[in-house]
Amino acid sequence: MIAQPERKIALWHLGVAYTAFLIGTLMGVLQVFIRNDALQLPAWLDYYQILTAHGVLLALIYTTFFIFAFFITGMSKSLGSFGPKVRLFSWIGLWVTLLGTVMATIMIIAGEASVLYTFYAPLKANGFYYVGLALVIVGTWISSFALVGHYMVWRRNNKGQLSPLFAFMTVTTIILWIIACLGVVATVLFQYIPWAFGWTDTINVELSRSLFWYFGHPLVYFWLLPAYIAWYTIVPKLLGVKVFSDSLARLAFVLFILFSIPVGFHHQLTEPGISNFWKFLQVVLTFMVIVPSLMTAFSMFATFEISGRQKGGTGLFGWFKKLPWRDVRFTSIFIAMAFFIPGGAGGIINASFQLNEVVHNTLWIVGHFHITVGTPVAMTFMGLTFWLIPYLTGRRFTKRMQRLGFVQIITWSIGMLLMSTAQHVLGLMGAPRRTAYSGYNGHPSAMEWFDGILSNHVTMAVGGTILFLSAMILMYIVIMTMFVSPKAETPEQMVEFPLAESDMSHTPKWLENWWIWIGIAAALIILAYAIPLTHMIQHAPPGSKGFITW
Amino acid sequence: MHFHKYEKIWLSFGLVSLIVFLSVVGVSAFSQNHTPSGGMDTIDPEKVNETAPFDKPGVTQLDEDTYQVAIVALAFGYNAPDLRVPAGKEIIFKVTSTDVVHSFTIDNTKVNMMVVPGRITTKSYTFEEPGKYLILCNEYCGTGHHMMSTEIEVY
Repeated sequence: MIAQPERKIALWHLGVAYTAFLIGTLMGVLQVFIRNDALQLPAWLDYYQILTAHGVLLALIYTTFFIFAFFITGMSKSLGSFGPKVRLFSWIGLWVTLLGTVMATIMIIAGEASVLYTFYAPLKANGFYYVGLALVIVGTWISSFALVGHYMVWRRNNKGQLSPLFAFMTVTTIILWIIACLGVVATVLFQYIPWAFGWTDTINVELSRSLFWYFGHPLVYFWLLPAYIAWYTIVPKLLGVKVFSDSLARLAFVLFILFSIPVGFHHQLTEPGISNFWKFLQVVLTFMVIVPSLMTAFSMFATFEISGRQKGGTGLFGWFKKLPWRDVRFTSIFIAMAFFIPGGAGGIINASFQLNEVVHNTLWIVGHFHITVGTPVAMTFMGLTFWLIPYLTGRRFTKRMQRLGFVQIITWSIGMLLMSTAQHVLGLMGAPRRTAYSGYNGHPSAMEWFDGILSNHVTMAVGGTILFLSAMILMYIVIMTMFVSPKAETPEQMVEFPLAESDMSHTPKWLENWWIWIGIAAALIILAYAIPLTHMIQHAPPGSKGFITW
Repeated sequence: MHFHKYEKIWLSFGLVSLIVFLSVVGVSAFSQNHTPSGGMDTIDPEKVNETAPFDKPGVTQLDEDTYQVAIVALAFGYNAPDLRVPAGKEIIFKVTSTDVVHSFTIDNTKVNMMVVPGRITTKSYTFEEPGKYLILCNEYCGTGHHMMSTEIEVY
């Protein structure tokens, strides 16, 4: 078990994460009923407030706090206990991030920031909403530097050695995160905050959008890579085997540093101000990320097959039956991976330049990220939660909790399948995203969207309701394992941190030379962004004043 | 670094499909002009109503086979009177905004344009089927976002 102070820091992160999860999923279920015209909100609450809270609390806050809980636990487990400074800065990071979260949430509830989590200018929220978001980023940076500091101490004490795989992957994710945040920090600090507080009159809208998306795409990799860490380092242990290939796992991760950042224009394919050449160049770079994804898929299935065959599985697919399906820690992550197959394929469609016009800003996109971040990432986090909380509290993960865990992941899968399929189909037919209930004055084509077997409001609402029930079961498991379940007394009752062994004897040392990867990443970013961003600044139209349209 | 034989086959297959796929997208985009909406023209967002072609929004016939449609998007509607265009002719849509970001999206077509204040978005499209098409905004723009719509008639 890791040291008590780290356990406390990690548990606090999990507490905040699941508070955000509770409120965020409640906001989600309200939305499907409003869209269904089954629910009228009171006058003081607006659909778009709920939508903003849902996005911010689940996509930004739940993920971020969970990720740091996982990192803190894993770094202490694989590199040893934190020193006093690392602990102090981990706490400061937590409090700063939490302060920012509370500030932004208050602004949303007060109706001062119904601008959604993408906060596109010139919609102008209260300045403190942007300050809150900035503090969230600053807080994560402080926590990140604490972990990097811990890693550097380890490197100094273990000269010439490769770090454990978990630590390597954590540092990769942090490097990715810090480079990615530069864009959003630049726009919030130099564009939004001065403008929102009235120190400048106007804002360069297209520049703010581009800086946001410079951050917005790697943001999704910041969610995904911790899930990948679990897939690479936790899953083999649950299967009783080693990591398939240490060097390829590390190579896949550094490729994410290179190819997840210079790609933000693929979110801006249908907008003016960026020429087709630069859009297409970033589309090509976007697709490069398929390479590490294919490597990961290969590693996963190789791990499954090796494990299944060791347990006596024969024939072409006999190993499949030998996987530990009765272990909720494994089955949850397996389902998460399965969802990522259509999720990734949908992503390829979205980024395909002219094809993007068919789906851009339709409900298809909403369906897409519910089967990427909403299931592969979130359900991996759920699968981790089942053992992470009891591991940290020293409580038991009882048989009853395990059964409930199965109910939870199965209901989540069914709910998500119904809801996201409805959203994908509706989006292909043209139904827009981010809208309250609307029939467009009974226009026949709008009526047509919602007439299908899958494409109707009822399917989405049924899916959303099942998802909410599933979320509440998870909350019950979280509360029980955090505060109520009996303490583990015998070694068999102790919940372990399942960290797989990884054979580093053939791993080349240059993989851990960060300056190589940061250097190439910087070169690619300059190649993809320098000219179009300079053009946006030098040939900017007169800026926009702020608008409060809610 | 050791790559398993099957992994080499798997990755080569992936890379080859990637190259083929990107070539199809690239050729279609740049030699057949199938590019998404966009454009590099700018405009003063506060002087939209005085700037051509948005001072007279609506349909203008440019020549025998080409029509231009100028539209001003604003919260929560479109300033575009009398939207009637013929089928089988090239229609060039030009859209800008006087306030926040919107979209100009025609249902059942590939016209799906982001509208950014200070910029003019352009898209060329040829309708094949006559009929009344729903136009809507699919970028969140405020309380009335889900009410923002209009119609275009193709004859």
